[in-house]
Amino acid sequence: MREVVEKKVLSENDRLAAELRQRYREQNILCVNFISSPGSGKTALLEKTLGSFAPGTPVAVLTGDLQTDNDARRLMRYGYPVRQIVTGGTCHLDARMVERHLNELGFRGPGLLLVENVGNLVCPSSYDLGEAAKIVLLSVTEGEDKPLKYPGIFHRASLMILTKTDLLPHVEFDPKLALENARKIHPEIDYLALSSKTGEGFDQWLAWLAALQQKTRQEATAAIS
Amino acid sequence: MHEVGIASSIIESIEAEARRRPDAQFTAVGVRIGELSNVDRDALAFAFEALTLKTPLEHLRLEIEWCPRRQKCLACGEEFVVKDWELTCPKCGEARSTCIGGTELDIAYLELEEPCEKS
Repeated sequence: MREVVEKKVLSENDRLAAELRQRYREQNILCVNFISSPGSGKTALLEKTLGSFAPGTPVAVLTGDLQTDNDARRLMRYGYPVRQIVTGGTCHLDARMVERHLNELGFRGPGLLLVENVGNLVCPSSYDLGEAAKIVLLSVTEGEDKPLKYPGIFHRASLMILTKTDLLPHVEFDPKLALENARKIHPEIDYLALSSKTGEGFDQWLAWLAALQQKTRQEATAAIS
Repeated sequence: MHEVGIASSIIESIEAEARRRPDAQFTAVGVRIGELSNVDRDALAFAFEALTLKTPLEHLRLEIEWCPRRQKCLACGEEFVVKDWELTCPKCGEARSTCIGGTELDIAYLELEEPCEKS
């Protein structure tokens, strides 16, 4: 006898992510989820981003790694609440980890929650964390064909950020080709290029983030009224 | 890479179902895996076999249906399978289309035998 089940394999994670999304909406929190290969510059981007905010801006950071709290130490210097999620070998963050650490952090909105996922282009893309947007980073020292090799994450990400653009004169990387490849997978994906070292492109990045925050706030207001 | 976690989630669902109907004999589980789901079929099959070994679910078959990326044309409504990242509608040439398949990561069905009630 065949019995139809029709449920998501990750339905338990999806349920928790929906709860988080509801919480973010109620508290007016914008949550974004940063995903990239190891070493593409997620932590450097977050450092520079935190450094650009006016003091007292309501921001919190969760950062995931298999081991060590090195990233949290780097990010704590900016004076915002930061919590390291050590996954102990798990190659991605899931909604339960985010929920637990968010509770322990005691962060309440309104504000911005930056989640730095474990460095990995594959597994994090399957796990919804309740975020408003997934942001995928690609550095100029990688290959332009990465979007074609890892289509799952480029398909789900709202924004692709090309990082380490200060290195462009020294490497054979064609930003146009990388973007073309990303748009083969996801024609509507937003695109920014920046250097966390020189600050080039940061105005556009902060403007993108502010626009998303504005949009999220309007949606929250519309949902209430 | 995370196929062990995916296999565990599938097994947890079956175990929950098994608790609900203790007399049933589960023989197979059907899952749908989309090409954009980032799940490798062979790694999933291997993880599933390893995790069910020497458990009551040892003989359960994992049946995987692989789902290619499918798009629907925003102009003429044609539904088509994407090959070589070509998202342009093969029927009318429209460039804009929306994704309607390929992200699946679903448990579709369970096959089971329940003892007939005999009076």
